[in-house]
Amino acid sequence: MIRQNIRMAIRTIRRNVLRSALTILGIVIGVAAVITLVTLGEGATAQVASEISSLGSNRLDVRPGQAHRGPGGVRSEADPLEAEDARAIAREVGGVEAVAPVASMSAQAIHGSRNRSTTVTGTTRGFLQVRNWPLADGRTFSEAEERSGKAVCLLGTTVRKELFGSSEAVGAWIRLGKLSCRVIGVLESKGQSSFGADQDDVVLIPLRTFQRRLAGNTDVQAIYVSVKEGISTQKVKEQITELMRERRRISADKEDDFHVMDMQEITKALTGSTQVMTALLGAVAAVSLIVGGIGIMNIMLVSVTERTREIGIRLAIGAMERDVLTQFLVEAVVLSIFGGITGIALGLVTAAIAASVLGLPFIFNAGIVGTAFLFSAAVGIAFGFFPAKQAARLDPIEALRRE
Amino acid sequence: MSGNTHVSQSGPPLVQLRKVRKVYGTGQAAVHALKGIDLTIHAGEFVAIMGSSGSGKSTTMNILGCLDTPTSGSYLLQGVDVGALTRDQRALLRRYFLGFVFQGFNLLHRTTALENVELPLIYRSMPGGARRRLAAEALKSVGLEGRESHSPGELSGGQQQRVAIARAIVTHPKLLLADEPTGNLDSVTSREIMELLTALNRERGLTIVMVTHDVETAAFARRCIRFRDGLIVDGQPPERKPS
Ligand SMILES: Nc1ncnc2c1ncn2[C@@H]1O[C@H](COP(=O)(O)OP(=O)(O)OP(=O)(O)O)[C@@H](O)[C@H]1O
Ligand SMILES: [Mg+2]
Repeated sequence: MIRQNIRMAIRTIRRNVLRSALTILGIVIGVAAVITLVTLGEGATAQVASEISSLGSNRLDVRPGQAHRGPGGVRSEADPLEAEDARAIAREVGGVEAVAPVASMSAQAIHGSRNRSTTVTGTTRGFLQVRNWPLADGRTFSEAEERSGKAVCLLGTTVRKELFGSSEAVGAWIRLGKLSCRVIGVLESKGQSSFGADQDDVVLIPLRTFQRRLAGNTDVQAIYVSVKEGISTQKVKEQITELMRERRRISADKEDDFHVMDMQEITKALTGSTQVMTALLGAVAAVSLIVGGIGIMNIMLVSVTERTREIGIRLAIGAMERDVLTQFLVEAVVLSIFGGITGIALGLVTAAIAASVLGLPFIFNAGIVGTAFLFSAAVGIAFGFFPAKQAARLDPIEALRRE
Repeated sequence: MSGNTHVSQSGPPLVQLRKVRKVYGTGQAAVHALKGIDLTIHAGEFVAIMGSSGSGKSTTMNILGCLDTPTSGSYLLQGVDVGALTRDQRALLRRYFLGFVFQGFNLLHRTTALENVELPLIYRSMPGGARRRLAAEALKSVGLEGRESHSPGELSGGQQQRVAIARAIVTHPKLLLADEPTGNLDSVTSREIMELLTALNRERGLTIVMVTHDVETAAFARRCIRFRDGLIVDGQPPERKPS
């Protein structure tokens, strides 16, 4: 009987292709919107997460000033960090894999007639380890170069390309502002971060060189710490906090004037906002599904009116109320499921295209596809019930008399 | 008696109406469509109902067909009191015991003749293969072999009524109700339809109750009942089996 009903419903729908198409349009758009947005949202979340892990997993950042809500907010009145802080952390905190003090400024990098304004970062060898950043060419700083503040540098691929084109960079000399320094290595490409910054637009020099020859002070803006595999980041974070309070002589009743941020916090802050977005979009989509459902109800009511005589005939030859009810309910559900499937297909195609245009990964989420499918079926049942009930309740004599 | 050997007196009569009244509306606007009719029909009969317009013929047919219930009085179908049944139970009576032929054919549009005839079998949950075979047989028995895939729009009035008759008899009902089955047909086609109904009555013993305005059509029936103003004014007694 159900199979009969489905066949009958498909036939009725095919008889009125244009009208059926318009009827399900609301559901198609609603479902397609959900699928597209959720798929893209997940792609974006995944990309942010993978970028963060590419910054170096198990990483902690120590920065001066109190942490504000969300990443990056720093109060300026706190004392800057010192290179010695980084050495102390490496020496005294257990479970630390690598430590890198960092100080940056923008500067003009010049080689021959070519130049590029870029970011010069003073740091130590630990930087490459903490950032998980291998060398493409050459070598990194030696301990002696770091200690004596030698004028040597490592180039990001963007700077290398700008200054050297296709010719050899390692061994050449470039100028950073007034400082003349020798290129000893080239970093591998990291690409763009999710914030749109080109991570390869950078020149690394030893911290001491940076402080003496470029900045003219001993400030350190941040200390990057990477934690050994299998060691709790939380523990290390607590130890660093304790050590730093001691070093900065903060009395027990005062708050920290620095903060230690772990990558999970950063990840959470960044992906959390995409999740809120996804939830909001889901709500919008739910509303459009309801609008789609009302469209189906409308057309089903029209259909019941148009087919009153048919209903009368069916009742006369022995259809029970529930037979008629099922018939119209099945029709509504077939319509809405058809809309759902079309919407899912449309949504996936749109998401795939949009993902490739936006450079996001395309992540197929079976859960959301299943949910959208069930939701569209539910819309058919919910909004088809009233018209179907109207049909089932018709009086056969009156229905037969209707022209 | 040679004509009809199927009329049976054993067991309860197929149809028994006792003091049946039907009132539409209430108070001042009330229409007394039936004012107390008694009617007994035995299995195998072919009964014609005549009478002027508004005399209550269709009202009676609706009650006989379990599409409507009397305001008062009782209707026993094979001894079952129809008045005591629910809407769905009456639907089941129609499904298993009754067949309908209407003046306006009442076929489903854009649906083939075969599918129209299959329809009552679908409600009996008959599997597709058996359904199509029975429907094709029924179409053949009304002389429409080869028209199975035609839709009503592609058939003449007489042919459409044959499809309707095939749909009514495909389930082998106990009682066939026909309200002015030839009302929309010319006299030649009418005669063909009446010959078909007569044959079904004689050869299969199908019990038929038919409303008609036409004396010539009524003459095909074995018995004629006349209505006037909600009452039966002239009805020969039911046919008896020769003893
Ligand atoms: N649903 C209804 N509501 C009110 N009055 C009705 C209804 N159905 C029938 N009637 C009235 O009941 C009376 C009998 O009607 P019925 O249809 O039985 O007549 P009929 O003998 O079949 O007439 P005709 O030969 O014109 O078909 C008429 O006066 C009609 O107006
Ligand atoms: Mg009538």
